[in-house]
This record gives sequence, C-alpha cells and structure tokens, in this order.
Amino acid sequence: MSAVFEQIFQVGFLAAIIRIATPLAFATLGEMFSERAGVLNLGIEGIMLLSAMAGFTAASLSGNLWLGVLAAVLTGMLMGALHALFTVALGLSQHVCGIGVTLLASGLAYFLYRLIFGQQSVPPSIKGFQTLPIPVLSEIPVLGPAVFNQFALVYMAILAIPIAAFVLYRTPWGLSVRMVGENPRAADSAGVSVIVTRFQAVILGGALMGLAGAFLSMAQFNAFTFGVVSGRGWVAIALVVFGRWDPWRSAGAALLFAFVDALQLRMQASGLGHIPYEAFLMLPFIFTIVAMAVMSRNAVAPSALLKPFRREER
Amino acid sequence: MFRLEVRSSTPAWFNLALPLLAIGAALVLCSGLIALAGAGVLESYGVMFTASLGDSYAITETLVRAAPMIFTGLAVAVAFRAKFWNIGAEGQLLAGAVASCFVGAIPMPGPLAMLLMAVAGAAAGAAVALVPATLRVKFKVDDVVSSLLLNSVIYYALMALIEGPWKDSFSGYPISPPIEDSANFPVLIEGTRLHLGVIVALIAAPLIWFLIARTTLGFRIRVTGENPEAARYGGINVQRVLLSTALLSGALAGLAGVGEVGGVHFQVMSDISPGYGYSGIVVAMLARLNPLGVVPAAIFLAAVMTGAEAMSRATGVPAFLSDVIQGTALLAMLVALLFTAYRIRRVGAAQ
Repeated sequence: MSAVFEQIFQVGFLAAIIRIATPLAFATLGEMFSERAGVLNLGIEGIMLLSAMAGFTAASLSGNLWLGVLAAVLTGMLMGALHALFTVALGLSQHVCGIGVTLLASGLAYFLYRLIFGQQSVPPSIKGFQTLPIPVLSEIPVLGPAVFNQFALVYMAILAIPIAAFVLYRTPWGLSVRMVGENPRAADSAGVSVIVTRFQAVILGGALMGLAGAFLSMAQFNAFTFGVVSGRGWVAIALVVFGRWDPWRSAGAALLFAFVDALQLRMQASGLGHIPYEAFLMLPFIFTIVAMAVMSRNAVAPSALLKPFRREER
Repeated sequence: MFRLEVRSSTPAWFNLALPLLAIGAALVLCSGLIALAGAGVLESYGVMFTASLGDSYAITETLVRAAPMIFTGLAVAVAFRAKFWNIGAEGQLLAGAVASCFVGAIPMPGPLAMLLMAVAGAAAGAAVALVPATLRVKFKVDDVVSSLLLNSVIYYALMALIEGPWKDSFSGYPISPPIEDSANFPVLIEGTRLHLGVIVALIAAPLIWFLIARTTLGFRIRVTGENPEAARYGGINVQRVLLSTALLSGALAGLAGVGEVGGVHFQVMSDISPGYGYSGIVVAMLARLNPLGVVPAAIFLAAVMTGAEAMSRATGVPAFLSDVIQGTALLAMLVALLFTAYRIRRVGAAQ
C-alpha cells in the first residue's frame, strides 16, 4: 500500500490528474449551465464526439490547432442550439431529445470522419498542443511542473471555473439563468425571456462541451478515434449532480473523479495481482453511481429542470 | 409569428401517418449526406431497400437484426410508460448475453438449455435494471444517469470476462467459449439465419401489448406514468410499480442478449451489440410506446442497418449513415408527436 502512496505524490501523477480532469471540467461546467437554466442535455456525449471530430479535422486540414478549437466550439454551439430548439422552443422531452442529439451527433461524427479520411489501418494523427510552461510559477516544487507546465487548454479550464462562478452568481445574465431554472414563471413576469435565456445557456454549455471535445482529440490523443469520448459525457452529467449544480463543487467533482481515474491507471500499470484491467476501468463509473447515491439525499436540482416552459399554459 | 395551439382532438389517420412522416423526413434530411458523399440519392436508397427487403433472404436477414431491437424496444416502451427512464437497455442486453452464454455452455438437452438460457438472460437483465430503479426509489438518484453509467460498468465487466477467465487460451482472441451445439437455437428456414428467437420476439410484442393494455399491472404502469399523484391517491404503490416495471423492462432487454447468443453468435464478444440498447429508444419512440408498433419500427431500423452496409459497398457512402438516420428519425418523430397535441396557428404580427 505504501508503494501506492508514494506514487500519488509524484509530479507525473498530479499532472495526470489535471489532464484527466480538464475535459471533464469543461464538460461538467457546460452541462451545469444548461441544467441551471432548466435544460438537461443528454446530447453531451455526442456533442463532445462531434466536436472532437470537427476540431481534429479542422486542425488537420488547416494545420492550425486554434482553428481546430474554434471549429470544435462552433460545432458544440450548433449542437447546443439544436438541442435547445427541440427542448426549449418546442418543449419536447429533454431525455429523449438528448439521446436523439447524441445518436445524431455520434452518427455524423463517424460518417463525416469516414467520408473525409476514408478507412485507414492507422488512424491519421496531428501534432497536438504542446505543454506551455508558465514562467516562475512552473518553478514551484511539485505543484509547479504538475499544474503550470500544461497545455494551453488546461489553463483555460482552470480559468473557466472562477469565470463560470462569477458569471453565474455575479452577473445579471447569471441571475436570469438561475431564475429561469428555478422559477420560469417569475422570471417571465420580471421581464426575463425564458426562451432566450435558456437558448443562451444551452448554447454556452455546448461551447464548453466543444472545448472538452477539442482537448480530447487535439491535446490528449492527437487523433480522432471512435472511442475518444467513451462515456466522459455521461460522467459529466453525474458530476453535475455530484457537484450540486455549483461551478466550484462541479470542478471539484471533476478533480476527484480524475483522481480515481488516474489511480486506476496507475494500479493497472503496476499490474496489481491478477485483477483484469477492466475491473479498474469500471471503478470510476461505480464510484460515480455510489457517490450519486450518497450525495443525492441533499442534492437540490434546479426546480424547473426537465420542465418545458410555454407561456400560454398554466 | 407562429404559435402552438392545443388541439382539441387528433384525427385518427394522423396518429397512423406520424411515424411514416418522421421516417420520410429523416430519409429526406439524410439524402444531403449521400449527395455530399458523391453518390446518387435514389440509387443509394434503392440499394438499401433491395438489400434489406428485396428478396426473401434479405428479409430474413433484416428480421434477424430486428429481433434484438424488438426486445429492447419493448423494454424501453414498457419503462417509459411508467416514466421509469431506462436508458440502460444496452447494459441489460449485455448482461443477458453473458448469463445465457454461461448457461448455454453447460451440456444438457437442447430444449432445456434454451429455456434455462432465456430464464438466466432475463434474470440478469432484470437484476441490472433493478439497480437504477432501486437507487431512484430509495435514494432519489436520477434513473437516467444511473442507468446510463451502468451500461459502461456492464460493458467493462463483459470485457473483463472475455479478456480474462473466458479468453480463448489457444487463439488468444477475446471471445467467450461457444455454447453447446445442442443449445443453438434451431434455424427455421434452411439456408438462412432466421432462428427461433426471432419468432419469440415477434410473439413477445402482442403479449406485452396485452400485459400493458389489459392487465392490472399494465393499468398500474400506465397510471403511474401518466399521473403518479393520482396513482398514489388511487391506492397504487408507485414505488412497487416502478420496481416491477424495471424487472419487466430489464428482463426484456436481457432476452435481446439471449437471442444474439443463442441464435446469431453462439458466444459472447465485445461487439455483440452494435448499440441495440440505444436503438431500442428510437424504436420505442417511433412506436409511440405501443408494444404492437415496436415490431414495424424495429423492422424499419433493421432494414436501414442491413441496407446501409450493402449501400456502402455499392456506392462508397459510409455505412454510418444508418446511425445518422436513426438519430434523425428519433428527433423527427418527437417533432411529429408534438403535432398530435398541438397545431401551428399563424398569429398576426400585431400580437
């Protein structure tokens, strides 16, 4: 057991946690904005996959990684708008529409990727984002190299947390988002357009999901494979519950999940006994389910979550 | 401006035409992708049609593929009727496949083996579905999220089995040992893959319809889904109904896995299901949660899947088009459903 502890406090291990947490933090913050406005977005898994594909394709064709990030973000926003069109404008079932968006986006990602790159025995790859050490800060022992010698997208994720908290709790728009998620009728009486605010929140959420996809295909794997997202979107949905719909707690949940995930990777690598590595792969999902069971007792979801808003109806 | 207005009544023909409209809309929307791939739209759809429904062999292939989706479609339809949001049919299918494979590998008389495979597969699927239902009833955990996450857990459990204790020590392939030959489901038409499980699936649909429409449990499921408050007031134990629904739904999804092991693959491998559990959601929605409608809806999706492969070979359009058609059909159906309850009314600009 002491060998495990030694490994936890290694620079490499801390850096791994941060890297695993980055796409989860983006995705979780994105889902949180959507749900805070009252819209569950089960399209997240597909949106991340299609964004990862779009980002990889744009970067690979243009040779510019930031164009790839832009393409991923725009793709995320577009799919967010599609989900909002069905759930907000038309008021359709958020569960089923989300699954529909995931099916559609995943199908499109596979289809377009095959169309553009054909069927190759070795998937094409790109030279992805390189680490960008921050002067002075990266000199701090242990923490420095782990946190401040990372990809640019990692820094963006770290910055996104306080920004998300500020936007949600300290800006008029954030107030509108919380109002339409808690009490849309009151928001409507106060002159806040429920439909417009929800659209904005879901599209912003899609942009963040796009960043999560961009990180996966352009910083973590530097290629697009069909398993590039592999359940991270679903995990993000659970992390929002676990983080009680709060930016700080949600990011904390992402970090905790990344810790469990990094730990299982280490345990796999150390070849612990004869336990098959899939048992470790299961671990984060089981952990999430158990954590939800523990947390759900006092988790308070936005009260208008899953409820469509139509002005004429009472 | 346009406005949605509540309909006082829905014309009967409209209800029947809806799924067809949704399917038509999906095919039209996806034709853009075919054109993008540089193939002829009509030609591509033509190839899909002949390859899936064009001759008797093609039809049997489509039916073989429809069978698991009939089961997962029924599983989802039953669950959604009670507003138990079971997104976990995929994991329940895999659990059913694994359990039936265990049983099928034990030497025993064929009919007994098949019966026990079905029982074990259904039980395994039901056990998996019971987890999100119990978590919802006892801990108020969102069933959507927990049933979704369980899909990953079951998938990795299956992978652990076929890469661990089940792994073929001779070839090294991550596949389970095959079931006994005597446990292979009988083929109904010589020279095709049409197996007994397909008939069972086709019979299951009217049985589940009867259960939902004509029995006490079915009544409780419907009332619980439509109005849990009224159900509680009417003396229905809503939590118990949810748990029963989960057992039934999971068992049906588990049977989908049994059919794949007993009738198609005779063993378990990592890609035993190309997402039949998620397709079940599309099937159930196209069927408007009506168990009888599940059969044509599953056959349609199966035809698209079978046809897409042939189309890909013939025209070079990636076969993933079938996934796009599924997603588009689901969304189109949801929009179409909206028009059963509402009509679009033009509203003057002055409003």
